[in-house]
Amino acid sequence: MSTNRGTPLVEMRDISISFGGIKAVDHVTVDLYPGEVVGLLGHNGAGKSTLIKCLSGAYQADAGEIRINGEKVEITSPRDARAQNIETIYQTLALADNLDAASNLFLGREIVNSFGFVDETKMEAETRKIMARLNPNFRKFNVPVSALSGGQRQSVAIARAVYFNAKILIMDEPTAALGPHETQMVAELIEELKKQGLGIFLIEHDIHNVMKLCDRASVMKNGQLVGTVNVNEVTDDDILGMIIMGKKPAKAA
Amino acid sequence: MTETTHQPQAQDKAEGAIARFLRATELDPRLIGMVGALLLIWVGFHLYGALVLGDGSFLTPRNLWNLSVQTASIGIMATGMVLVIITRNIDLSVGSIVGVTGMYMGLLQVEWLPQYVGLGHPMIWIVTVAFGIIMGALIGALQGGMIAYLSIPSFIVTLGGLLVWRGVAFLASSGRTISPVDSTFALIGGGPYGSIGATGSWIIAAIASAGVIWLVLNGRKNRRLHGFPLRPVWAEWFMGLLGCSIIVIATLIVNSYPWPKGILKDYYATLGQDVPEGVFIAHGYAYPVILLAVVAILMTILMTRTRFGRYVFAIGGNPEAAALSGINTRAMTVKIFALMGGLAGLAGVIASARLNSATNALGDLDELYVIASAVVGGTSLAGGVGTIYGAIIGALVLVSLQTGMVLIGFGDGSYRKIVIGAALVLAVYLDIIYRKRIK
Repeated sequence: MSTNRGTPLVEMRDISISFGGIKAVDHVTVDLYPGEVVGLLGHNGAGKSTLIKCLSGAYQADAGEIRINGEKVEITSPRDARAQNIETIYQTLALADNLDAASNLFLGREIVNSFGFVDETKMEAETRKIMARLNPNFRKFNVPVSALSGGQRQSVAIARAVYFNAKILIMDEPTAALGPHETQMVAELIEELKKQGLGIFLIEHDIHNVMKLCDRASVMKNGQLVGTVNVNEVTDDDILGMIIMGKKPAKAA
Repeated sequence: MTETTHQPQAQDKAEGAIARFLRATELDPRLIGMVGALLLIWVGFHLYGALVLGDGSFLTPRNLWNLSVQTASIGIMATGMVLVIITRNIDLSVGSIVGVTGMYMGLLQVEWLPQYVGLGHPMIWIVTVAFGIIMGALIGALQGGMIAYLSIPSFIVTLGGLLVWRGVAFLASSGRTISPVDSTFALIGGGPYGSIGATGSWIIAAIASAGVIWLVLNGRKNRRLHGFPLRPVWAEWFMGLLGCSIIVIATLIVNSYPWPKGILKDYYATLGQDVPEGVFIAHGYAYPVILLAVVAILMTILMTRTRFGRYVFAIGGNPEAAALSGINTRAMTVKIFALMGGLAGLAGVIASARLNSATNALGDLDELYVIASAVVGGTSLAGGVGTIYGAIIGALVLVSLQTGMVLIGFGDGSYRKIVIGAALVLAVYLDIIYRKRIK
């Protein structure tokens, strides 16, 4: 499906990062094309989240380079990542529980009026618009997000990533805390975003979701890349073999 | 039988009405609780005085005016402490910052500046006030930097600051008391001359009332613009009238506290006249109280209308999420502590001006009253929650307890400490119960 075609949207080349002598990510190279979903797989502690945090600006790689549309970029903070249209939905959702949905959606990017004051009503109006699209049942606009259900919180986190016209989306286990209905909604959203030409890195444990949602899968083990495969060319067992044994299937790309 | 079945129904209805009232006016029930507690304290002290001592002296213009002046410096610092506590920090050094800025301001205006510009030069008080505020802000920034960039807990940094700055203040003057301060500077501390007078107070009241009405109208306009549900018209009227009546009543009170006879004599002596028969010159709002009001308004705007305020709440709610949203949490910490320090410097201006001297005891134990004010006012030590108006009401509660105990004859300190300490614990306990119930 996604054989190499032109310049990748994202290339992370030879990325390494260590914490106190432990190599969390060890010379890993992954890439992502527009309109593609690349799954990042591996055991807990395999280095998936750490790798992806180098792209979202939460960590800085010790070595290696990141290219966006073929051009080398320096991402030293979440602000830099946002400037490159990289949006992240963290596993923890990264919501400030004491603030309402609109404040969280615009956190760090508040709409201000000509006096430089935060335009609260405008932000709420915009939030109502995007939530009407993502989660039409969402009504709790004026309560802190701590009062929301898991699925509602998730939709706030997703809305935050989608609202700002992301080109590159990082989703760290977006369905881990969700029920079947909400998981289906996220799956539909991923399909829709793909059609719009976004590139999505999806960290996922559930092998069925990977087979269903991803075009390619990059598997990591102990900080190293086991390999990257086209999902429609391999079986569930091939991928499980890569995750568990760190063994690359013979026919993989 | 009929009565017992009817009563709960009536209660239900009453509760429904209260809930409806709160929803329509969007008043914070906790605010109502705090104001209620404050009024209870006031009436309690007054009645105790009236019934037991035969002289109710709490609810008099004179005492309420004094109360407002005494609240100013604690209240100003409490507004800054709200930000510090919301971001899950603490600042134990504010009392010592009052002391050290007060001392250096004393030296500056009494011993250093007059050598160059001459005694009583108008630049003296301006330079001194600016110096005090900037010095406080720099001390705060230094402490904030150690907390943010060296990762030393704020409790430790500011506990160190509490000792260090008190020591620096003592050394600066070799333990002397610097007195008297510049005569213009002294006006910032209040007193008959340090008040704006009756006409000025009414002008302020008119401006403030216009502000209240503008807030109500503008809020309604904004909601309509975005198609949000509007408050009922009666609720808008109620809020507008409530705001304006509070302003008018406060102005009536400060305008019915006359200058004492001695001051009148001095005043007319400088005019070269005799004191006219039956003359009445009102104090009006004291300058430190006006300063407190201005600080409160600016801090409220900062916290509710600016990105800075948003980030303060976000850091308190989830520091990690705030950082991942691109907020520079370390720089924020430095700014918050610098702001706290600057406000402590301003409190130092008021405290030393009011005493008309810089002493080594200036601001002693203020940190505890300031923290207690913020906490009594509903600021959560767990972070993420707090309001500026709450902190000021908290300061009023604590200062009321303090002066009330003196007025009813328990002024020797020990009883006062017991009552204030117990009130602090009780207030926080009530707040915990309230929060549990709304969850």
